[in-house]
Amino acid sequence: MSSIISISGVTKTYATGFKALKEINLDIERGEIFALLGPNGAGKTTLISIVCGIVNRSSGSVSVDGHDIGKDYRAARSLIGLVPQELTIDAFETVWATVNYSRGLFGKAPNPAFVEKVLRDLSLWDKKDSKAITLSGGMKRRLMIAKALSHEPRVLFLDEPTAGVDVELRQDMWAMVRRLREDGVTIILTTHYIEEAEAMADRVGVINRGEIILVEGKAELMRKLGRKQMKLELRAPLAAMPDGLSRYALELSPDGSQLTYTYDNQSDRPGVASLIRDLEAAGVQFRDLDTKNSSLEEIFVSLLRQEP
Amino acid sequence: MNLRAVWAIYRVEMARAFRTVLQSIISPVISTSLYFVVFGSAIGSRITEIDGISYGAFIVPGLMMLSLLTQSISNASFAIYFPKFVGSIYELLSAPVSYLEIIIAYVGGAATKSMILGLIILGTAALFVPLRIEHPFWMIAFLVLTAVTFSLFGFIIGIWAKTFEQLQLVPLLIVTPLTFLGGSFYSIHMLPGIWKTVTLFNPVVYLISGFRWSFYGKADVSVGVSLGMTLVFLAVCIAIVAWIFRTGYRLRN
Repeated sequence: MSSIISISGVTKTYATGFKALKEINLDIERGEIFALLGPNGAGKTTLISIVCGIVNRSSGSVSVDGHDIGKDYRAARSLIGLVPQELTIDAFETVWATVNYSRGLFGKAPNPAFVEKVLRDLSLWDKKDSKAITLSGGMKRRLMIAKALSHEPRVLFLDEPTAGVDVELRQDMWAMVRRLREDGVTIILTTHYIEEAEAMADRVGVINRGEIILVEGKAELMRKLGRKQMKLELRAPLAAMPDGLSRYALELSPDGSQLTYTYDNQSDRPGVASLIRDLEAAGVQFRDLDTKNSSLEEIFVSLLRQEP
Repeated sequence: MNLRAVWAIYRVEMARAFRTVLQSIISPVISTSLYFVVFGSAIGSRITEIDGISYGAFIVPGLMMLSLLTQSISNASFAIYFPKFVGSIYELLSAPVSYLEIIIAYVGGAATKSMILGLIILGTAALFVPLRIEHPFWMIAFLVLTAVTFSLFGFIIGIWAKTFEQLQLVPLLIVTPLTFLGGSFYSIHMLPGIWKTVTLFNPVVYLISGFRWSFYGKADVSVGVSLGMTLVFLAVCIAIVAWIFRTGYRLRN
């Protein structure tokens, strides 16, 4: 796969002196779903805004499908569709007018059949003659997506697409993202809902305080940084940890009825078997055990904690 | 040239005028009629003629200019301020459009609206007073130049303004006084000595004088100077807009 977006050495310092981005280097592969993960204020929206041409970068370069966003901004921008975080639409325009306006703005010839299809796919067709101001929040979100898709972009940016969105729309949106990917559209979504990245993304980038701290395939990331936990339900509560078990760094629940063992499942000797033997030797009996992989959320939180 | 984008923006701007037809078209017609009733009848009965032109006819070019200036500014400033205010400007900034195209579309839209308005006022005036236009070509030239120049000026205000108050500030505190004191309702020859000189620092004097000349062949200052001053102001606006776009001032920062 070749990269469709190439960001190199991009920095952004706002007039206030705030350094929103420090030296970002990132390549987005053609046709992938890339999740940009980060806490609020990490620089996600600034980064997207720079790629889309909304905010000027302080230094560095960005190219979209080989077109520099500065020198060759027309070619670069015409490939990109953007669904911003805020619901910002001209409230007095009808759905039909505003979606066709977006198409025209991106220099595409009128194509009522295509616009109709976009509106139908987003369940907006019934509302085509309604003014934006009369739409519900969820419908406005759909309209923002319709505007971004109206000009047939090859790269779609979804900035916090499911913030404040109901379950139905969220599922519709995920289905739509998968459909677009099948058509070869590259999708970059920012989110702080980690479950979203976990469900959708091929690759995950983590950004914090204006720096990309990690970019990894999702499966790879879960495998590499994932940890496993084994929980043991004890037959009888323990008052204190038996001496023979100290090397396992077990956690004892406050009521003494549960032991938790956290281990690296990539290790050759995870120590599960020896722990069970040592438990028996110490006379600790359990009636049930449960193991689980850590979620992306836990990985994410631990990554941010490691940050200085 | 992304002509489709220019057309898309222009059409939205024009559509807004028709959506707010009361505010955009009918209210200026009413206010012009009121000017005629108050200034034309009440004052006109005392000042019968200026430079051999009946007072009612004399004020027509000034009234047109008054509306042209204020409407060009308010149309253009609102057109760019509103998307900035609600945030929908993101789409314009992320679209493959050049600054020139943005200017052509927004300024073109605002200027078209104010010119239509100017012509409506002319039509309304024709119902009250007999009119003649001696230099139709120059009349149109001044109309277009002024509409474009002040739409550009409005565009600059719209980009500069951070609040609705600022948006109203320049039109209210600077443009309206300059227009009223720029000879809309009198000839500057009627002013006492020192004020005649002071008035010459008011750029609107040149616009109104040149425009009135195109109607009646009579001017307060020479037509060449009027045209020159209009072009100077246009050049200043273009220079400021060019600077705004080069630096991304209040748009891309």
